[in-house]
Amino acid sequence: MQELSLNVLDIAQNSVVAGATLIRVSVEEDRRAHRMVIVIADNGCGMDEETVKRVMDPFYTTRTTRKVGLGIPFYSMQAKMTGGDFSIQSKVGEGTTVTASFVTNHIDCLPLGDINATIVSLVQCNPDIDFLFTRKIDSQALEMDTRVFREILEGVPLNTPEVIAYISDYLTEQTQIIQGERNES
Amino acid sequence: MKSLAELQAIRDKMKGSVGLRKEDGEDTIRVVVGMATCGIAAGARPVLAAFTEEVAKRNLHNVMVTQTGCIGICQYEPVVEVMAPGKDKVTYVKMTPDKVARIVSDHLVNGNVVTEYTIGASAKA
Repeated sequence: MQELSLNVLDIAQNSVVAGATLIRVSVEEDRRAHRMVIVIADNGCGMDEETVKRVMDPFYTTRTTRKVGLGIPFYSMQAKMTGGDFSIQSKVGEGTTVTASFVTNHIDCLPLGDINATIVSLVQCNPDIDFLFTRKIDSQALEMDTRVFREILEGVPLNTPEVIAYISDYLTEQTQIIQGERNES
Repeated sequence: MKSLAELQAIRDKMKGSVGLRKEDGEDTIRVVVGMATCGIAAGARPVLAAFTEEVAKRNLHNVMVTQTGCIGICQYEPVVEVMAPGKDKVTYVKMTPDKVARIVSDHLVNGNVVTEYTIGASAKA
């Protein structure tokens, strides 16, 4: 993967397959401390302890087309090689939370990349699942909650092209604000 | 600033339009992008975004852009399958955002498969 946001897109697919109805993605960055924490949490079917251990193994996968499953091992490696950390908490029937932390000034730390494109892709492909995306840079934060959008849309699907364009523009704008590139409130 | 009022306006427009998409409609063309680890690593996300954008630009209400997992031909990723009602499935391989506009205009709008981008052409080369 060329950027961490692609790992997020990849890992979130597991939540989709787990039958989640709500997937939370949070990216928190502390620029002074050079730390970034990415959390992907779902309310899907969850895994038992044994399975949680096995998903770290590249030779474990639930897919049927190949014998390897590299999503989790790749992502874990990318966190750990920066001096960061990686963990999976899961409970059958309750859901799974994948937490990865990164030391952002480490030479091996990949850029976050276009996280907004990841979120928009997820909404586009899974219009029936709700997504709560939060991003924090130092003290500035943004939030995007498809449950709020869904309520306003009254049955118009979230993946309607006009709605997707709206969400994309909304995220771009909010990101500029929290990055301090735009001075509106 | 993007306001929620803007979203309300989109809703009212969509609800008022006769062309509100029926995802399981009989004339719906499905564009399916492979989005497993292999597809994403090979560049599926910008391909998906390009399809979404192009379909929106042309106002194609009978096209649904969606995703699938790994279909087993990882060496050909990004892979995009086009399923049009009553026609054979067409598999486009080694996709890039640059190839998208032509597939939308030639195949999705006019019904002509872009043979040179398909898996058949790629396997021969």
